Amino acid sequence: MAIYSLYILSKSGGLIYQYDHTSIKVEVEKTFSYPLDIQLTEQNKRIVVAYGQKDGINVGHNLLAVNGTQLNGTSLEDGQEVMAFLANESNYPVSLKFGRPKLSTNEKIFLASMFYPLYAIASQLSPELKSSGIEVLEADTFKLHCFQTLTGIKFLIVAEPKQMNVEHLLRRVYELYADFALKNPFYSLEMPIRCEQFESNLQLLLEQQEKSGVNTV
Amino acid sequence: MARPGVRATDAKKINSELFTLTYGALVSQLLKDYENAEDVNRQLDRMGYNIGVRIIEDFLARTSTARCTDMRDTAEKIQSAFKMYLGVNPTVTSWSSASDEFSLLFDQNPMTEFVELPESCLSLKYCNLFCGIIRGACEMVQLEVTSWFVQDSLKGDPTTELRVKFVKKLEDAMPAGED
Repeated sequence: MAIYSLYILSKSGGLIYQYDHTSIKVEVEKTFSYPLDIQLTEQNKRIVVAYGQKDGINVGHNLLAVNGTQLNGTSLEDGQEVMAFLANESNYPVSLKFGRPKLSTNEKIFLASMFYPLYAIASQLSPELKSSGIEVLEADTFKLHCFQTLTGIKFLIVAEPKQMNVEHLLRRVYELYADFALKNPFYSLEMPIRCEQFESNLQLLLEQQEKSGVNTV
Repeated sequence: MARPGVRATDAKKINSELFTLTYGALVSQLLKDYENAEDVNRQLDRMGYNIGVRIIEDFLARTSTARCTDMRDTAEKIQSAFKMYLGVNPTVTSWSSASDEFSLLFDQNPMTEFVELPESCLSLKYCNLFCGIIRGACEMVQLEVTSWFVQDSLKGDPTTELRVKFVKKLEDAMPAGED
């Protein structure tokens, strides 16, 4: 049972709050000798595994660190390009760390605003009149639950497919939002939520929910 | 595990006197600041509006009510909101023939419990905050309404009567999937 993350979208579709609850860390560190037996390419200023899946290093994983030091985009700490470094036989053996990259804040905002038209399209595609938009979006590794309030705010929870009671949880998050964000006189509507009390109560709620989710299954 | 529909953290109850006195302090301060009762009415309405656009979320989150389909539905919900937030149960009466206008009658009003209006501010609408709250809250659920006081027990009328009139539905503000 796990709840991965929570998003709150304002009426106009902007991301006003995001919280990562449980993130699965996939990181593999391995020592390689020359020549490198996996193919790497440069993509969006990151070094990505293009081909050659082995020992838990999957296609799509990013290169995170070389010899224990974090990468700075596509270059090493001293400014040397990673690709050039790895092409040089004298640098071997080398220890490389691969993993799934975390979403950056910009990417999160981008994804959140992508969901907004999807939701609207879904409600228009419906063969029946007066359909809601997407309420559940299912994939084999997660389930996205969406709850839209009458005022147009959307609460999204990304959870494990087996996670129970997410609808109820969404309503509870709405209550927390009404209590701790809206009753804070220094919070202005439609703006990103930066309220500590909201965050701590939310954390508490999600932890409780995860525990109880285990009990009921 | 908290059962659905049961709040783990109940709405906190407070003594109405504290609330009444705080509101009194607000109105008297506004009277000092503005001197003119008309300006105070306007300010109270504006403050009410700002409260309304926030309080509606609280109301929806706690009651998980569905969208209103007609004005009678709306009247009932406004009535229940008064019960929830002020502990008063206003009566809904005097429907217009088009069913787009109704009155809320307050037998007792906790906001005016210790209040006597001085001669100098007879044009003051002491509870004008309510009008703003109703307007703001309805606007957030895509309903434009206006409301005003027709009777005020502070001014010698037998009861307090608040009239609410439907103006229009805000179709273009409807969130997708709700229209």
